[in-house]
Amino acid sequence: MSASVLIAGVGVISAIGKNVAESLDALESGKAGMGQMHFIDSALSDKLPVAEVNLNNKQLSVLSGLSPQISRTTQLSMIAAKEALADAAIENFDELRTGFISANSVGGMDRTENFFSDFLRDPSKGRLRDVVHHECGSASELVADDLGIRNYVTTISTACSSSANAIFFGARLIKHNMLDLVIAGGTDALTKFTLNGFNTLMILDQEFCKPFDENRKGLNLGEGAGYVVLVSDRILSSLKKDPYCSLSGYYNANDAFHQTASSPGGTGSLMAMRGALAESGLSATDISYINLHGTGTHNNDISEGTAIKELFSSPYPKMSSTKSFTGHTLGASGGIEAVFSVLSIRHGIVYPNLRLTTPMKELPFIPETKFLKNQTINHVLSNSFGFGGNCSSLIFSKL
Amino acid sequence: MSKQPDRNLSSEKYITANCAIDNGVVYVNGASVFENKTASISEFLDKAYQHFEIGYPKFYKMDNLSKLGVLGTDLLLKNNFNAHNYKPDEIGVVLMNASASLDTDIKYYKTVNDIPSPALFVYTLPNIMIGEICIKNNFKGENAFFVFKSFDGTFMARYVNNLFAENVIQACICGWAELLGENYKVVLYLVEKKQTNQSSLFNEENIKKMYRTNNG
Amino acid sequence: MSDLKKQIIVQLNLKDLKPEDIGDDQPLFVEGLGLDSIDALELIVLLQQEYKIKLSNAEDGPKVFQSVRTMAQYIKEHQVQK
Repeated sequence: MSASVLIAGVGVISAIGKNVAESLDALESGKAGMGQMHFIDSALSDKLPVAEVNLNNKQLSVLSGLSPQISRTTQLSMIAAKEALADAAIENFDELRTGFISANSVGGMDRTENFFSDFLRDPSKGRLRDVVHHECGSASELVADDLGIRNYVTTISTACSSSANAIFFGARLIKHNMLDLVIAGGTDALTKFTLNGFNTLMILDQEFCKPFDENRKGLNLGEGAGYVVLVSDRILSSLKKDPYCSLSGYYNANDAFHQTASSPGGTGSLMAMRGALAESGLSATDISYINLHGTGTHNNDISEGTAIKELFSSPYPKMSSTKSFTGHTLGASGGIEAVFSVLSIRHGIVYPNLRLTTPMKELPFIPETKFLKNQTINHVLSNSFGFGGNCSSLIFSKL
Repeated sequence: MSKQPDRNLSSEKYITANCAIDNGVVYVNGASVFENKTASISEFLDKAYQHFEIGYPKFYKMDNLSKLGVLGTDLLLKNNFNAHNYKPDEIGVVLMNASASLDTDIKYYKTVNDIPSPALFVYTLPNIMIGEICIKNNFKGENAFFVFKSFDGTFMARYVNNLFAENVIQACICGWAELLGENYKVVLYLVEKKQTNQSSLFNEENIKKMYRTNNG
Repeated sequence: MSDLKKQIIVQLNLKDLKPEDIGDDQPLFVEGLGLDSIDALELIVLLQQEYKIKLSNAEDGPKVFQSVRTMAQYIKEHQVQK
């Protein structure tokens, strides 16, 4: 097994920007992406704020190069994956063993649900072409083909921890010398399916979410995609630019408590964070910044907060939930937040946790509420905890 | 809780049990242990649950995919596995299928026109099946769910072997668990580092052999 | 209340139970029947589907769903007259 897995490129699209530069601007200026629903025709549009990518499908297809009939999930994936690969600027890409590991939870649902309502009313209606790419794996294959990935493509679907799992699976393939370069991350588009589902679980906030606030009422759904280009240090010499950082630790564990809630003591979160630290050989005091899973639900934040209280002690690392900007992007969240974590190290920045006015009384720490510059960021811990008890943590480290 | 990679890469892994559910028949270690070829999948699952006296009322709330996974795992482990030999975080679960949670997605979506069902929505993710298996058995180790067009024994062997090599797990439940409507197939493998009189080496050849043998 | 018990059993898929097995005052959550948060949400759906009652504040749930009797009482007080 070889030593390092490095991050050579990043790409992201979400409600706060269609690329890295726009996202950084928004994060610095505190401009959140939540608002009224525009692109989904739902009875819930007036009641629930969402964090939509500010482009309709036609506009997305111009950026992605795909037909506008292709699912939004795939469009977003293509845009972010292309940005990441271009950012990595690998000259001898075609000579390398390459892989694409993508995660999503909805697949082509956005097209299918429109087909379905037409079809239910009249079985002769509905464009069958719309459902051809419904299954999760389709999205990954379309993008992989376009990017010229030759050796390996797979799709992971483990809810909100999906893209974090995709990233560390990619790292494993590199460490075991099976691949030299892996584009890994995830994507998800907003759909009526998820909106209605989360609404029925009663964990959506009818206002803009307030992660880690005492009076938080739930999450806001979002959409987007985020990818990192992982490379082996064996090919360091073929990189034209300095890599951003390394992926030094990762861990996955199952909370084994409930299908959609986390255990009150945050057992799964604790195991994931502890495991990632052990894997990286770091101790809790080495962590400069935690990008929280921080969905804004009562359950996640107390569970994650309790686990952090158990693992860390004063002085606590800086921490924040960028879901206060992007909403909860489900299958894409691990990927998007990995990109933000990598950028935190590159630029020495810490993002604010927006709309936090009353700290949680059970916790002895408060997430950052202001954007910070000129920070010494050596190691970033990024948490992604999914339904089904699937808990993952990633650690990125400065080189 | 430092886990150093297992440098002894030649330490063998063995399939110490396997379970398959296909075409109305349940097989454990190659032998048929339950059969009902006429029932619908929902009836089949409930009847099998009752027949094996599983005694876990939450079973009835699960969707068909999770029921398949929980039933299959229960039979895989019964009489074949001593959980006390392992700590909860040493047992991993790695599953895959082709349709993800589509069966339940469709059922859930039908309720959206009226009142969306929370109980159905919960199951609109394929890894919830893993969640249910972990909750019932108190497994806390790494778990992963992959979506493939068809069963990829080569991938599974490599992935699971790597987990063992990195000392991430000491035992693994892995396999294929596919269900869509009335079409289903589950083939599960219990992989451990010990040999028993009926175990076989955990390698591609044996994985594929066991996948095929149970094909009705 | 017997009808309500039958509806609860169907809605929550409590297949091993019969209405006689559920006590009128038996706690539904935590101990007693040991229902969980998803069951609570399904009971909210039940209220809406069978009785046209909308429980929009999930925090009221624990009080209303404490037992079959408290549920029946709530339904009597809030049922929309047809």
